[in-house]
Amino acid sequence: MKGRDTIFANIKKSLGVEHDDHVRRETVSARIEKHPRNVIPARGQKPAPDRTALFLQMAENAKASVVMLDSKDDVPAAVADYLRSKNLPQSIRRGDDERLSLIPWATQRALEVTTGASDGAQLASVSYSFGAVAESGTLVMLSGRDNPTTLNFLPDHHVVVVDERDIAGDYETVWDKIRERFGENKMPRVVNWISGPSRSGDIEQTHLLGAQGPRSLHVLVVRSS
Amino acid sequence: MTQTVNSPQFNRNARKALDDAFLQKALARSEKGFIERRKAAVEKLPEYDALRDNARDLKDHILGHLDLYLDVYEKNVIASGGHVHWAATAEEANEIILGICKRLNAKTVAKGKSMISEETGLNAYLEENGVRPIETDLGEYIIQLRGETPSHIIAPALHVTKEQIEADFRRAHTELPPGRNLDEPTSLLAEARAMLRESFLNVEVGITGANFLIAETGSSVIVTNEGNGDLTQTLAKAHIVISSIEKVVPTREDAATFLRLLARTASGMDLSVYTTFSTGARREGDPDGPFEYHVVLLDNGRSNMLGGKFQEMLRCIRCGACMNHCPVFHAVGGHAYGWVYPGPMGAVLTPSLVGVEKGGQLPNASTFCGRCEEVCPVRIPLPKLMRNWREREFERHLQPATVRYGLGLWAAFAKRPALYRAATSLVIKFLRLIGGKGRFRALPLAGGWTRHRDFPTPQGETFQSLWSKRSQSR
Ligand code: SF4
Repeated sequence: MKGRDTIFANIKKSLGVEHDDHVRRETVSARIEKHPRNVIPARGQKPAPDRTALFLQMAENAKASVVMLDSKDDVPAAVADYLRSKNLPQSIRRGDDERLSLIPWATQRALEVTTGASDGAQLASVSYSFGAVAESGTLVMLSGRDNPTTLNFLPDHHVVVVDERDIAGDYETVWDKIRERFGENKMPRVVNWISGPSRSGDIEQTHLLGAQGPRSLHVLVVRSS
Repeated sequence: MTQTVNSPQFNRNARKALDDAFLQKALARSEKGFIERRKAAVEKLPEYDALRDNARDLKDHILGHLDLYLDVYEKNVIASGGHVHWAATAEEANEIILGICKRLNAKTVAKGKSMISEETGLNAYLEENGVRPIETDLGEYIIQLRGETPSHIIAPALHVTKEQIEADFRRAHTELPPGRNLDEPTSLLAEARAMLRESFLNVEVGITGANFLIAETGSSVIVTNEGNGDLTQTLAKAHIVISSIEKVVPTREDAATFLRLLARTASGMDLSVYTTFSTGARREGDPDGPFEYHVVLLDNGRSNMLGGKFQEMLRCIRCGACMNHCPVFHAVGGHAYGWVYPGPMGAVLTPSLVGVEKGGQLPNASTFCGRCEEVCPVRIPLPKLMRNWREREFERHLQPATVRYGLGLWAAFAKRPALYRAATSLVIKFLRLIGGKGRFRALPLAGGWTRHRDFPTPQGETFQSLWSKRSQSR
């Protein structure tokens, strides 16, 4: 605790607030409790169809590939197509998300579907996103057995299913949704915002795809009627 | 131990840098890219300046309540199953981290990019104590192979050319066939990816930095484009976050505001590829993730900056834009600054953290063109802060007599910004005058500049006018 005491004493001394006053305390708890929104770009503030279009465009800008599907039933065929286009074996790993369990995978006979986290041996994974943000083409993924975090990073190719109705204009809307699900000041262990596939600019400042994480990110947006 | 400080040798370092052909090639290439990418991203976001005002005010509010936000943050880390360790000094931070590694019997640790760990000299300390750190960010991996320190806060290997990387890989990866083709950047990347994969899958401890800490939830936030930070923290048995105390923000909404500015200003992306919010350790039913989650919070002199002339520097979100737009940085690169933080932000921060005796030369490494302040996403008045240091050093009589003489006149103008611009040419004439008497070389930087450049050797034009011409011709 020595370090802690020294640091706090020094902060207070420098700020000239040696005696705790309740005004400062209340200011801080009010901000935490009310979590006011700051400036939010107008870019994402659009009605549903335009918001979806913006999401698709921004995700493509971030070098993801995107496909719109009419129904969840189309997911297996879309996944199989994608694997073929990348010359990959017909095999994916997914988590326990009920929305993924309800997908009729058996319609693609050649497609092998296993469940669980990744140990680095899988080439392709399929996840279901909690939400998405149109403003920057970003997917919002939550940790847990439904969609294990390792599936976002270890396989070479990551396919993510998004319900169109889960596409928000801005990050703030998704934060509120997380509050609804987990409680006021709670978070799942990990929230991943993902915008495009892994890349690095560390060799002569040219952006190359496929650094440590997935080489490709494929987004399947399921239309909400 | 902390990272060694070579800042007092700035003038010598700078001269060496100007003579380094490899470095000059690397710097020339990087300059344009960063500036253009940021400009394009900013132009696409009409609210960019409003966000900057927002972010500046928010940071001031946070710094004024730093003790309280840290207190809330700590409570929420603990409530979500994590551990908080406080380190007043770099030595303490290193000891805490080594302690965790020893307890877990860790022989190797994977590391995501962290400037704070550079500040504490963590890698050298771990190695001396039998723990091998493996840098996993490609840039950091490259400079670790070279035995160097980062030359830029977001592009650590900025100073290295492709050919040098190839030579380093051939030297280090001796298990691979010597005849392999590494001509293309993509083959270099693929080789690093394969080598690092092994490391990720076999370490006990993963250490990452933090771009922000969220008080509301006790979360730490990292941003990467590679995904290395995520692999580092997800696959290890324990995740250690090392961060400085001023990174705390009140809420998730506040984090979103800073994140809207960070990547755009740094690299021209709307957002980095991966923005990760981590809260505590693996939970019941989780099939992956670390079993322990630790945060080491470092002060290392920051609390002394609060409430004083340099508090504004603590608003910094480490985007790197000030160095990307700095003519001095472009000329000499990051290593010349002699410590962890280069460019304008380093010139202000280094003397604050390591002392004016060691870092006091750096605030002189400026042409006072003002570009750094123009691009800073949290509107830090970097030129003003550098002037504060110059004045302070002047008062302390640390400078040679000729420097004090020149600075006295300069300060008289510099304190009056309008007059300063109008009268810069006058100051330049003055410099030419004293330069003409053979004393010009006693001025900071002058030796290096005049041997290699026609600026700031006065040529009848001010830097401001040269700069605006130069910007227009882009
Ligand atoms: S001082 Fe401003 S521009 Fe420089 S790194 Fe910090 S935030 Fe970015």
